[in-house]
Amino acid sequence: MEKTWNNKAWFMVLPVLVLVAFSAVIPLMTVVNYSVQDTFGGNQFFWAGAEWFEEMLHSDRFWAAMGRNLIFSAIILAIQIPLGIFIALNMPRKGWGVPVCLVLMALPLLIPWNVVGTIWQVFGRIDIGLLGYTLHALGFDYNYVNDPFDAWVTVIIMDVWHWTSLVVLLCYAGLVSIPDAFYQAAKIDGASRWAVFRYIQLPKMQRVLLIAVLLRFMDSFMIYTEPFVVTGGGPGNSTTFLSIDLVKMAVGQFDLGPAAAMSIIYFLIVLLLSWVFYTVMTNYDVEK
Amino acid sequence: MAGTREAVADKDKMMRDAATTTGAVHGGVVDEALARRMRRRGEESRFWWVVPTIYIIFLMLPIYWLINMSFKSNQEILGAFSLWPQNPTLRNYAVIFTDPSWYKGYINSIIYVVMNTVISISVALPAAYAFSRYRFLGDKHLFFWLLTNRMAPPAVFALPFFQLYSAFGLIDTHIAVALAHCLFNVPLAVWILEGFMSGVPKEIDETAYIDGYSFPRFFVKIFVPLIASGIGVAAFFCFMFSWVELLIARTLTTTDAKPIAAIMTRTVSASGMDWGVLAAAGVLTIIPGALVIWFVRNYIAKGFALGRV
Amino acid sequence: MDFSWMAWTLPTAAFFITIFLMLVGMGVWEYFSPGGNPRVGILRFETTRGDRLFVSLLGSAFIHLAWLGLIGPNLWWALALAVVYAIGVFRFV
Repeated sequence: MEKTWNNKAWFMVLPVLVLVAFSAVIPLMTVVNYSVQDTFGGNQFFWAGAEWFEEMLHSDRFWAAMGRNLIFSAIILAIQIPLGIFIALNMPRKGWGVPVCLVLMALPLLIPWNVVGTIWQVFGRIDIGLLGYTLHALGFDYNYVNDPFDAWVTVIIMDVWHWTSLVVLLCYAGLVSIPDAFYQAAKIDGASRWAVFRYIQLPKMQRVLLIAVLLRFMDSFMIYTEPFVVTGGGPGNSTTFLSIDLVKMAVGQFDLGPAAAMSIIYFLIVLLLSWVFYTVMTNYDVEK
Repeated sequence: MAGTREAVADKDKMMRDAATTTGAVHGGVVDEALARRMRRRGEESRFWWVVPTIYIIFLMLPIYWLINMSFKSNQEILGAFSLWPQNPTLRNYAVIFTDPSWYKGYINSIIYVVMNTVISISVALPAAYAFSRYRFLGDKHLFFWLLTNRMAPPAVFALPFFQLYSAFGLIDTHIAVALAHCLFNVPLAVWILEGFMSGVPKEIDETAYIDGYSFPRFFVKIFVPLIASGIGVAAFFCFMFSWVELLIARTLTTTDAKPIAAIMTRTVSASGMDWGVLAAAGVLTIIPGALVIWFVRNYIAKGFALGRV
Repeated sequence: MDFSWMAWTLPTAAFFITIFLMLVGMGVWEYFSPGGNPRVGILRFETTRGDRLFVSLLGSAFIHLAWLGLIGPNLWWALALAVVYAIGVFRFV
């Protein structure tokens, strides 16, 4: 659509600007201020320069949390995207099945994140949880409290349970926008199931898939509540992701300086990713 | 296969072809192989429910387990393992509905979620209109800056938020949480609404102005009804993200405005974990979400189609 | 209202004022020469001068971090490098 140039539009944006700036800019400035100072409480601050940043960049703890977070995000994407596409392809297009599927599948998305954690904490317990009990009864040595591998498996299955529906709903929305005529033409041509997917459905889903990948990456990169409730970052530090580590440092140990420095590094990475996301999206839309 | 590729390359032509060939199929001019293939396809679609059913069972099992536990007493939960309550009890729900410190949590959550949804939508409407209709100084950068707040990790903001809202004397009020959640919900609402508004032809605005409508009257009387489904979808997502968020809500509240999700952590007491009440509280947090999603079920696919979540 | 918790220091204040002045400067520049001089540079997509400023600033932040992590605490050299980088961005991107 052709847009007219009108700087008065700023007045319409002003309320949003003020509201978001209040909640975003002031805290961000504060974090920057903290990151170059040391404090022992009581609003007494001492200049520390770039010390905290240096400490963070040389801290094994930080890089370990970063590594865990990247591996976690990679696994999440590798499972949720193909699974989401597969389920979306098999969803009904019309009839009573549509609202039932939509509502039931969207349900996990609307559960408070710590309740998601609680559900899986209970579900995985070997004494009272269905999953843990069944696995134990089948002879698996499963215990997410003590075993880092089991903790990882639990956290990943939980995230698959929690967020795959988002990918499904996005892909489904892309699929229903394909006119029936496309399928009929393919049928006449004798196209195989794979050809229909590769040449009709996949191109139509491209945009929503792009969004799904980026959203899932960003959200898994800042995951906090769910693994915190289930494992508390343990056993040891094995499921301590960036956000968990950050909150531990800022609230648990009250190390404001290092926590602020870590926040800024974390935020810069997210900013870079958002920029890539935004640029890719807008250029994609321009090309279409 | 090659035919398919060409067909996709030329969509318009294919649509026309499809229309004529479908007519041909109904006319009975079909070779045997095609008929067989179509029959096989028909059989395939009879099993369409298998995959969604398996997936939905996977989704429902943990929720079922929570519901199951909420109807058991603690002795039964910790005692013999059973797939359904042997002696169903409503005690856990009774605990929640009779203790104000429990059910107030639900009221608090609902209050700040509704406040946040109302604030987000009302400030986002004019802004989204501006983004969808006009170009102005720095518009693209402003839009991008708004979106970065949707992407920013809440953990980064949790600590300064506490001090910021303390400075304004807003700690432990509903409005504090509602305002803090605007950080990610306002950008989201602007993004979703902008998508819906761009779908409304500009000629409608122009005709209304020619007919003598003032801008506010046009906006309320004509424009808002046109994008009603968009407002519904945006409100749904604002509700959803405010309802599920805990880190910021917990940081900004102590007692009077504490959300239910934070109160749940209380169930660890000296006598051990009160699993039954925990499960019942969890089940009750799922219900509002389920209700809301039922109301917007017909619009939700459209909201996702814009890909703006 | 007490804002001492924000813990302002001279260098950080100078930093934010610089950023703010840059934004104002971009606004004025845009006002006198609208359109943002869009072109397709080495990143192979269209950028305006606002985009180039953002890429410069974000890149500079990462240059400083890399310097701090890999070389040492003397950030003046990193700043010099960042300025060179920013000029490069405004020239070629």
